[in-house]
Amino acid sequence: MFGWTGKILCLDLSKKQYTTLTPNQNIYDEYIGGRGLAGYYLKEVIKEPWDSEKMRLLFFTGPLTDTPSPTSGRMTIMSRSPLTGTLCDSSVGGTLGGQIKKAGWDGLIITGKSQNMIGIEIIDSSINFIDASNLKGSTISEVISKFEKNSSTAIIGPAAENGVLFSNIVLDSHHFAGRGGLGLVMANKNIKYIKVKGTGKTSVFDINELRKAREKIFRLTAASPILLGELGISNYGTGALYDLMDSRNMMPTDNFKATKFNYAPKLNAYQYKNKYEPKKTGCPGCHILCKKIGKNNEILPEFETMSHFTALIGNKDLDTVVKANNICNEMGMDTISAAATLACYSEIKEKIITKGKVLSLLYDIALSKGIGKELKLGSYRYAELKGQEEAAMTVKKQELPAYDPRGAYGMALSYATSTRSGCHLRAYPISHEILRKPVATDRFTFNGKARIIKISEDLNAVIDSLTTCKFLFFAATLEEYAQVFYAVTGIKTTAQDLLKKGERIYYNEYTMNALNGFTSKDNDLPKRFFKNPGTSTIESKIKPLKRKDFLKCLKDYYKIRGLDKNGLPTKKETEKLGIEWKD
Amino acid sequence: MERLIKKYSKKLVEHGLCNEGSPLIGGLEVELIWNKKDPSRKILEKVINSLNITSILFAEPAEPYFSILNYLSFKANELTIHPKDCETRTFLHDIPVSLKFEANSIIKILKNRKSVIIPKHGIITIGTISPEQTFIVYSSVCFALFVKFFDDYYYSITSNNINEQQKTIFNQTIDYYKNFISKIKKVSSTNNISLKKEDEVIKSIIKTGKLTVDCLMVDSFFGNISYKLKKSIYISQTGSSLDELIGCIDKCPINQSSCAAITASSEFSAHKDIYLNTKNKAILHGHPKFCVIMSLLCRKNNCKFKGQCHIKCPEKRYAKDIPIVSGEVGTGIFGLYRTLPPAIKNKRGVIVYGHGLFIADKYSLENTFNNLIDIETMCLNLYLEKVKENNAI
Repeated sequence: MFGWTGKILCLDLSKKQYTTLTPNQNIYDEYIGGRGLAGYYLKEVIKEPWDSEKMRLLFFTGPLTDTPSPTSGRMTIMSRSPLTGTLCDSSVGGTLGGQIKKAGWDGLIITGKSQNMIGIEIIDSSINFIDASNLKGSTISEVISKFEKNSSTAIIGPAAENGVLFSNIVLDSHHFAGRGGLGLVMANKNIKYIKVKGTGKTSVFDINELRKAREKIFRLTAASPILLGELGISNYGTGALYDLMDSRNMMPTDNFKATKFNYAPKLNAYQYKNKYEPKKTGCPGCHILCKKIGKNNEILPEFETMSHFTALIGNKDLDTVVKANNICNEMGMDTISAAATLACYSEIKEKIITKGKVLSLLYDIALSKGIGKELKLGSYRYAELKGQEEAAMTVKKQELPAYDPRGAYGMALSYATSTRSGCHLRAYPISHEILRKPVATDRFTFNGKARIIKISEDLNAVIDSLTTCKFLFFAATLEEYAQVFYAVTGIKTTAQDLLKKGERIYYNEYTMNALNGFTSKDNDLPKRFFKNPGTSTIESKIKPLKRKDFLKCLKDYYKIRGLDKNGLPTKKETEKLGIEWKD
Repeated sequence: MERLIKKYSKKLVEHGLCNEGSPLIGGLEVELIWNKKDPSRKILEKVINSLNITSILFAEPAEPYFSILNYLSFKANELTIHPKDCETRTFLHDIPVSLKFEANSIIKILKNRKSVIIPKHGIITIGTISPEQTFIVYSSVCFALFVKFFDDYYYSITSNNINEQQKTIFNQTIDYYKNFISKIKKVSSTNNISLKKEDEVIKSIIKTGKLTVDCLMVDSFFGNISYKLKKSIYISQTGSSLDELIGCIDKCPINQSSCAAITASSEFSAHKDIYLNTKNKAILHGHPKFCVIMSLLCRKNNCKFKGQCHIKCPEKRYAKDIPIVSGEVGTGIFGLYRTLPPAIKNKRGVIVYGHGLFIADKYSLENTFNNLIDIETMCLNLYLEKVKENNAI
């Protein structure tokens, strides 16, 4: 077998046992790997509560992981979200995916619950459950300090142990499996860390063919100003988007009450570059290297963190952003949800949060102290507790990232249709609505967006399943990756065939959410976006979204996606895609 | 969708790529809509419904493209054409051919490519986001075929292997192109005075960009244009069409104190380095066809860099006073931002192998445009001289 190992490691923590699963080739053919394959195995238990012993925590690589395929040093972690109740997955970089493959596994399926806090240590086919009670309450770097240098690890911090609904799993100290609370699922199973070392190597079918495909991809990325241009994310990190979002009047400001932040020019990526003299780093096998580490080894914030820890909460201090980022990283919390929850708190309490208070509140959340006991539940539940639901800027209870949907209507639709709740990465319409790739679309219209979003969702499902990086697709396309896929696996495919698999993977996710009762009524945006305008300037006016247009577009999307008018899967479509489903 | 379909069917005609009434464009939202009734719709509907796309274009190209298409596609090895120009290499990879105008054959090809050519029928292109993509690819295919024909023609005459069909197309096309280029009017010069105000700069960029497209000196959304004013560079955005630059010009501080211009042209670095190392204030980059063709004409035997001319050519090559350099789009290790800025010092312009012409001027964009026309005319004449030397006319 090329690309895949053909084996999945199933760990039952209740029994401290493990078995090997060998999926049929047709499962690989249909679900590829990564997010697709994880979704396939999550579906069997998706109706279980997130904290059930039967609930699975899945770590899945893709066929390209641990090969010289560009940007393939990624993997997917998936489970059911404690924050939202939908499925929750995170495409995450770092070395863990590669080591899992080298150890001979396509993925790990973890069920059950350990009595005591443990670490799982895997060296090839040797699996050990290590008592980790002594690490209880340890921060990420404290845990890492116990290991040999450059270990490949997945770790939870104190936030997960203390029940933060948006806690992360942290890979290799600075890659984060974020959003809906995967860290809490891991904490519930009493796993403090997973450490993997492999001595094998993933087999590649045709290395020369892979070289040819790589050359094409490198040529395309070199031609991309967004990736490798002087102002692009290779030089400035994802923070390069900060100025752009502000200049387009779509930077969420003051808990989404405004969309432009006057202090943005003093808090942009250029300022970080001057102050912290960052060096480039990134995922294994990546030539873009979008992560930035400061001269004193500070992990510098990414775009979402830069934006939400400034404009959204009214903070004007650069160092506070770096410190807040560091607290979230060390404690293992999602920065988007953490900042958005503070913004919600600020609005409800009608107080500006000072820079010192930002940091102390983050500790309170992570350690579940004082007001942190309420804030750790996320903005939706906090606002509900206070009877002010409108202050929670969430979709399906998940805090929205740093792109105001009133400035990009495709983003408005994709927030609503995302299968992992309020998320920008499922379709990432910023690519065409703002970054002009592959071509520019009119950001202030819903016309044509329903099909574009559907196709983009399918595309990103493929990317997360192969696995590779979404950023690369500002330049490359599935044409080149079809060649990569063939070179690695020996299975001939085309861009459109891969896209078809993406369609199946995405629809499968819709069936999972439907099984848990999610319907069209959940595919909606906060009322604020329909009632209030954003900040307008001469260059662009940010008007409230027209609800009628939004609903029409959503309706079109359902038709195109093959869902019924309630946003639910249909027998006809599931049969067409070969997915198990009962109406 | 309807607006975009109308826009690009009109643009195909305006750009001389199709005759009036030829373009058939379909756009798929919830329902499939077309710009006209056409018997081909039945086949194309099957194609669009079999692929995960939003738009499809089918048209018979105008002359001389149609004759070139038919000639090259009947000659194609393994039903694939391999032009050597930069657009093909970077974005299309190759140009597949379907001998049958039949849905299954077309679907099979378009599952992995953005275009297919069908001899005696025309070109089909697809888009995943917008009909604009179908226009861009169509335009690129026409450009690539044109360039390949004249590159091959020169090879045929130097290897004494020319046929009558080639000669006929050559003569017709050269007559057409000579006539076409002779009619292009240069713009009046601004007496070598630099621009002083932002609004003047923006107006000048918009005007010169449109002029460049109107004179067919750049295809689809390629090409770029910039002007340096004080400590900023005003440059066309990536993926913008030079004839539609209103709202598509980025102001980039030279000290990079803002990344808002992350959407600037992929050649921003090359433009910036030219401004930093010369006294130039205006840069125009187009894809005039004979500049590109001339850059390909090297028949050096036993060159150890054969097949890698676009990235590793070590020769100092010229089209008269205009240097020809290697270099790829953007900022990679073989990026033209490394080769172009040093080569353009004290020169009117530089041709980048298989790609296009960059022109710089100390004063105005008008001057760059005039030089563009002069250099293209010069390259056309140079090409004809080379052909003549080989006694083929």
